[in-house]
Amino acid sequence: MLEIRNLHASVDGNEILNGINLTVKKGEIHAIMGPNGSGKSTLAKVLAGHPSYEVTEGEVLYEGKNLLEMPPDERARDGIFMAFQYPIEVPGVSNAQFLRLAYNEKQKHLGQEELDPLEFKDLLKERAKVVQMDPALMSRSVNEGFSGGEKKRNEILQMAVLEPKLAILDETDSGLDIDALRIVAEGVNTLHTPDDAIIVVTHYQRLLNYIVPDFVHVLFGGRIVREGGKGLALELEEKGYDWITKPTPSEASVVGVQ
Amino acid sequence: MVSQIVEEEKSYQAAFRASRSGPSDARVSWLDRLRERAMDRFEQIGFPSVKEEEWKYTNVTAIARTGFSPLVSEDTPSAVTKEQLAAFIYPEAEKSQLVFVNGLLRPDLSLLIGLPEGVVAVDLADAFHSDRYRYVVQEYLARVVDCEENGFTALNTAFISHGAFILIPKGLTVESPLHLLFVSDAAQSNRAVFPRVLIVAEENSNATVIESYASLRDDVYFTNAVVEIVLKEGARVEHYRVQDESAVAFHVTTTKADLGRNTAFDTTNITLGAGLSRHNLSVNMDHEGAECWVDGLYIVGNGQHTDTHSVIDHKQPHCTSHQLYKGILDGKSRAVFNGKVFVRQGAQKTDAMQTNKNLLLSNEAHVDTKPQLEIFADDVKCAHGAAIGQLDEEQLFYLSARGIHSDLARKLLTYGFAEEVIAKIKVESIKGQLDEAVLHRLNARLEA
Repeated sequence: MLEIRNLHASVDGNEILNGINLTVKKGEIHAIMGPNGSGKSTLAKVLAGHPSYEVTEGEVLYEGKNLLEMPPDERARDGIFMAFQYPIEVPGVSNAQFLRLAYNEKQKHLGQEELDPLEFKDLLKERAKVVQMDPALMSRSVNEGFSGGEKKRNEILQMAVLEPKLAILDETDSGLDIDALRIVAEGVNTLHTPDDAIIVVTHYQRLLNYIVPDFVHVLFGGRIVREGGKGLALELEEKGYDWITKPTPSEASVVGVQ
Repeated sequence: MVSQIVEEEKSYQAAFRASRSGPSDARVSWLDRLRERAMDRFEQIGFPSVKEEEWKYTNVTAIARTGFSPLVSEDTPSAVTKEQLAAFIYPEAEKSQLVFVNGLLRPDLSLLIGLPEGVVAVDLADAFHSDRYRYVVQEYLARVVDCEENGFTALNTAFISHGAFILIPKGLTVESPLHLLFVSDAAQSNRAVFPRVLIVAEENSNATVIESYASLRDDVYFTNAVVEIVLKEGARVEHYRVQDESAVAFHVTTTKADLGRNTAFDTTNITLGAGLSRHNLSVNMDHEGAECWVDGLYIVGNGQHTDTHSVIDHKQPHCTSHQLYKGILDGKSRAVFNGKVFVRQGAQKTDAMQTNKNLLLSNEAHVDTKPQLEIFADDVKCAHGAAIGQLDEEQLFYLSARGIHSDLARKLLTYGFAEEVIAKIKVESIKGQLDEAVLHRLNARLEA
């Protein structure tokens, strides 16, 4: 589904990604972990098409197409979804209105039926259950005045409405208390099917107790420095990122080797 | 050009003399004196020039140059029908509306059966001669707005005749909004009309007044209105002003509100139309415990120029003012916002908040904004700010990342920008009208 080859990217002239290689197949859950500043969020934003990030080298194939040539809205309509680490507030635009527009843009793209406000209300009510979202938040402006937890839930609600093929969750766990974390994670698990793939970007292992990854990739200095199964996340939790960032001489040879 | 303007000003004088030639009526001698004084003042100062600080960014010489002639009466009233006006009617005020066509009240098009007994809504010209109302009118008219303030207030006062006199009696709550509709129809080319409105809300009364300006066709005319609003102790007035004149019309309104003790005045001012428009808006807070909301939204496009000058004057302690003005400019357009907030000596515990935000959708649009806070008291809470900007890139990316095409995303954000002002409007049909106006400007359809 997704193939990242030797991806280099920079922002304001600073190179953040330094040759990422990653393959994600249908049905898989991948976790991208790493210390602060390792490039995790940059990778998520580059995949979503954020205009501030410039790809300087490498390629990304999504379902065989050159992803980097597609504008962000086209990527989204084609099934890529990034849950924002810091969801943006859109004053004056109601959550329901925003979600319906996004939904209809996708339906139009797929040649499927668009919904009028009333029909969409029913769909929204159904999908809101996935993240136990307060219906009162639907008529409020997008993310405006939402608590940190409500904003994150709202991201997963958008995922529930848009049913992406590839979901990238950028630090969805940050700022969530344990109950909200469980609700959000269960929501993601409910939405996950063998036909889609999920990339979970996180600093901490705790989210991965709920969303169990098939693969764990550890990013450092803009490169993947270690890869493994879900056990790697537990090992990181136990040993801390120093284990990766300050390798002992015997481990140094492992770093950077794929 | 100077001589041309002088000629033009002389034509107002000629029209003024002609209108004065009728038999005199002792009951309105005070009014005659007021008009004479106003005309003298206009002869003295003429229209404002860009050399005056208050008119620096708005050049009104086109008004002087166009050669407008005052319309004081019509031999053949405009043949406008109710059907033609349907688009300008607010259903909430269907049975509580006064309709003025070319500045003249049209009883055949007005309906007041929705108003409770005791509420007065009559043509000002009739009120002058009415034994019941003339003393009240005399007590307040031209007391709130100084006719000598500038050439426009002077000219309006010189030509005072028709308009609305509204009186909300003590303790009465009027449920239906009262709508004053000023429609322009091409009965006479290059006409100037001088609507005059006096609203007196007596003690503890509660009412909503809508003042709207519309045009049946795109022609050149000049509306020069003066609106005076008096709130007696404990009164609450919600006021909406919707200016949607012809795109080539000239429009100047002076609105002043005098707030009594513990009053609440909530005004929302919408500018959509006119080629050149100016709104002078002042709120005088000379009694304790008054609160006002002074909000506005201007949406202008190619060839339009709009200017708002507002003054909120805190003269007594414990008064609160909130001001939010937003502007959306497209094409080659220009907007001016000058908002003064004065906190006079002794006006302790004043709470004043002022914001002006502008969204520029084109490189040719231009805004001059000047929020001004002048504080002469030391125990106050005041804040002000102004912003001019383009759409936010992070918001655009967020919408794009949800699959929304970039042009639609831009429209949605522009709509959202306007919504902050629109959302506070309590008359649903005005809200609907504005939603539609915004979307029409954006050439988009976004259903809620």
